[in-house]
Amino acid sequence: MAIFTIYIINKAGSLIFHYDHQKTRPEMEKTFSYPLELILKVFDDRIVVAFGERDGIKVGHTVLQINDVPAEGRFLKDKRDILEVLASEENYPLSIKFGRPKLTSNQRIMLASMFHSLFAFGSQLSPESHSSGIEVLETDTFKLHCQQTMTGIKFIVIADPRQSGTDILLKKLYEIYSDFALKNPFYTLDMPIKCELFDLNLQTLVEQSERLGLNVM
Amino acid sequence: MTVFNLYIFGRNGNCLYYTEWNRKQHLDMEKDQEYKLMYGMIVSIKSFVSRISPYDMKDGFQTFKTNKYKLHFYETPSGLKFIMNTDLSVPNIKDVLQQIYSSIYVEYVIKNPLHVLGAPITSDLFKTKLDDYVRGLPFFPVKVS
Repeated sequence: MAIFTIYIINKAGSLIFHYDHQKTRPEMEKTFSYPLELILKVFDDRIVVAFGERDGIKVGHTVLQINDVPAEGRFLKDKRDILEVLASEENYPLSIKFGRPKLTSNQRIMLASMFHSLFAFGSQLSPESHSSGIEVLETDTFKLHCQQTMTGIKFIVIADPRQSGTDILLKKLYEIYSDFALKNPFYTLDMPIKCELFDLNLQTLVEQSERLGLNVM
Repeated sequence: MTVFNLYIFGRNGNCLYYTEWNRKQHLDMEKDQEYKLMYGMIVSIKSFVSRISPYDMKDGFQTFKTNKYKLHFYETPSGLKFIMNTDLSVPNIKDVLQQIYSSIYVEYVIKNPLHVLGAPITSDLFKTKLDDYVRGLPFFPVKVS
């Protein structure tokens, strides 16, 4: 039972707020000898596992660090090219840490506008008339709940598939937004929300609804 | 409870088969355009979901719902995509889509030597078998109320 992330998207489709509640991206560290049993490739300016799942390392995981030197894109922090380091035999044995790629803020902005258009497609492709956009989207690892207000702002909660009470959470989120963001004289409409009181209240709300969900079950 | 329509997409994005039962709204665009829109949406959702997920996924995207309908999605490892739209009261029907694949698509399309792989399905036998199967589903009948 968990709430992972909260996003708020304005009516134009840009991300104005995000909050990560649980930072649980799995990471695996393992020592490798030459030659590497995994097939790696460059994707999105990162080194990604393309084939060869083993010991908890999955396809799609990226190289996070090698011998305790963190990776920065395709290079290590000491400016060496990761693929070159991995290709030369004299560097082995190497201890490599793999994990699911973390979302950068640019990617979050992109994903938010992507959802904005998916939401519109969902209502357009409806077999029945007067359909709303996507309200709940379900996968095997998470459930996305989305509520659009009358003014076009979307509140998105990404939670565990078994998490209950998300309807109330969405409603309360809107309440907190109108109380602490909209009533803040220094807040400009449709701009990113940077209000301390809003952050604080949101955090307590999320923790509360996580516990509440447990009680209901 | 009712089933609206069903799309089957091949691995390169062409619509292999489309059929509808109780669809109430039609888009004012060519059917071809609609298939492209649907396929594009599904591909985007798949990419969106795999990036935003906090954990590694097995099956990935399964369903979404709006306030009027629920879309069920099933993809085979060979890239064939089955999409069924139903009303909101229908539970998870992954097994139904799997059944359509394994005992109707494989039996009457793949085992048909006249069928060209990747081309739209024209077989009448497939059509009737699919129609019978879907009409026989417990959640097919339109509620009389």
